[in-house]
Amino acid sequence: MTSKKNWLSVPYLFWSGLFIIVPLGMVVYYGLTDRTGAFTLENITAIASAGHAKALRLSLLLSLISTVICFLLAYPLAMILAQVQVRRHNFIILIFILPMWMNFLLRTLAWQTLLEKNGVINHVLTFLHLPTLKIINTPAAIILGMVYNFLPFMILPLYNALAKIDPNVINAAHDLGAGHIHTFFRIILPLSIPGIISGITMVFIPALTTFVISSLLGGGKILLIGDVIDLEFTKTSNWHLGSGLSMVLMIFILVNMVLSAIFDKDGEGSML
Amino acid sequence: MKNAAKKIYIALIVLFLYAPIGTLMVLSFNASKTRAKWGGFSLQWYIALFQNEEILRALFNTLVIALVSSLFATVIGTIACIAMTGMKRQAKSILMGITNIPMLNADIVTGVSLMLLYISLGIRFGMGTILLSHITFNIPYVILSVMPRMKQLNPSTFEAALDLGSSPLNAFFKVVFPDLLPGILSGFLMAFTMSLDDFIITHFTKGVGVDTLSTKIYTEIKKGIKPEMYALSSLIFVIVLTLLILINLSPDKKEKELRYGGKNEKK
Repeated sequence: MTSKKNWLSVPYLFWSGLFIIVPLGMVVYYGLTDRTGAFTLENITAIASAGHAKALRLSLLLSLISTVICFLLAYPLAMILAQVQVRRHNFIILIFILPMWMNFLLRTLAWQTLLEKNGVINHVLTFLHLPTLKIINTPAAIILGMVYNFLPFMILPLYNALAKIDPNVINAAHDLGAGHIHTFFRIILPLSIPGIISGITMVFIPALTTFVISSLLGGGKILLIGDVIDLEFTKTSNWHLGSGLSMVLMIFILVNMVLSAIFDKDGEGSML
Repeated sequence: MKNAAKKIYIALIVLFLYAPIGTLMVLSFNASKTRAKWGGFSLQWYIALFQNEEILRALFNTLVIALVSSLFATVIGTIACIAMTGMKRQAKSILMGITNIPMLNADIVTGVSLMLLYISLGIRFGMGTILLSHITFNIPYVILSVMPRMKQLNPSTFEAALDLGSSPLNAFFKVVFPDLLPGILSGFLMAFTMSLDDFIITHFTKGVGVDTLSTKIYTEIKKGIKPEMYALSSLIFVIVLTLLILINLSPDKKEKELRYGGKNEKK
C-alpha cells in the first residue's frame, strides 16, 4: 500500500518546491547581489542605517507590546471558553473567524471613525464623564490595530490547547491538595505551552512585518520595517535592498519556527 | 457572580472584535458621504453599488480567485495528505515543515518572494499570478485540517475494501473519502476565507489594472473610501452570517449528514 502511494506526493512536492522553496531562494539571491549581479552584503547591512534601524526598533517594540497584550487578553478568555461543552467547539471558533469575512482594511479603517476626536468612543467617554482618548495617528493606535487584527490568532491556538487538557488531570491535582494557583502554574500553564508558542508566533510575526496597519492608523508618518520593504518593492523598485531587508525579517521568522518546532512537535497548538 | 464576570469578559472581547463591523454597517446607511458626519438614514449606497462597475468587477475577481484557488488548494492538499500517510516518518516531517513555511512566514516576505519568482520566470502579472499565489498560501490550511482526520482513519478499512475486490480508486471514494469529508470541507472554507481576506500577498502579485476588493480599497484610501464599499462589505457579511447560522442551527445533524450522507447518495 505504501509504495504505490508515492507518486501521489508528486503534485505537492512540485508545487511546494516551485512556489515556496524557490521564491525564498530568489529573495536570498536578490538580497545578496546588487543591480549588476555582483555579490554584496550591503543590502543586509543597510538595516543598520539610521532610518532602517529606527523602523526595525519601532516595529519590534510595537509588535512585542501587541503580542503581550494579546496574550493577556486571550489567555483568560481561552480558559473560560475551554470549559464550554465540546459540541459548541465549532461555534466558538466561528465567532472568532467570522470578522474576517469583512475586509480587513475596512475593519481597520473603521477604527479611525471610532477613535477620532469626535468619534464614537470619545462620545461615550464624555457621556460617562471620563477623559477622552487622543490616540489616533500615534503608535498607540497602531498597537490597537495590531491587537484588534491578530487577537483571534492568539485566542484560537490557546483555546485549542486548553480545551485538549483532560479535566481529570486538573481534578487529580485538586484531589492531591493543589490550590487553584498551584494547579494553574504546575498543570494548566505547562500543558498549554504548544498553544502559547503557536499563538505568539501567529501574532508576533504579522505584527512585526505589517505595513498596512501603520499606514491606516499611524497617519502615514510612522514608518515600520514593513512600510520600508513595501516602499522598496512598489515605489522605488529597489528589489535588492527590499530583499536584503526581508532577509533580516526572515531571521526573526526562523527563530520563531525553530521555537515552534521544539515546543509544538505534534502541531497540538494549531489554529484549526 | 463568578459566572457573570466570565460572561461580561467574553462579551467585552466580542464587542471589541465586532465594534468596527457594526461601525461599517452604520456607515453604509449614512446619507452623508464622509465618515465623520451622520447625515441621516439612506439606502442610496446600496443602489449606487449595483451601478458601480469597478466595484462589481473587483468583487467578481475576488470571488473567482477565492473559489478557484481554494478548490485547487483543496485537491492538492488532500492528495498531499494521502501521500504523506504512506511516507517514512522523516520525509513526512520534512514535508510538514515545508507546509508550515507559508503559515509561519510573514505575508510580506511570501508576497515579495513570489513577486520575484514571477519576474524571474517572466510570467505576466495578472489574475494568473494572484491565483498561483493564493493556491500556495491556501494549501497549508487544507493540509492542517485534513491531516487530523487522516490520523483518525483506520487503514484496515481501505485494505478490507481492496481485499473484497474493490479498485483502489473506488475504495478511496467509497471508504476513505466520506470519513475525510468534514476535514476537507473545513479546509476548503478556511482557504476560501483566507483568500477573501488577503491583501498583502495580492498587493505584491497582482498586475496593473487587475483589482480585488482588498487592493481596490487600498488604492481608494488616499482619495477616500467610496461608501458603496461599506454597503458591499455589509451585504457580504450579512449573507455569510445568515448562511453560517442556517448551517449551524443543527450541528449534530450536519455532522451526521457529512459522515453518512456521502455513502447514501451513491446507492
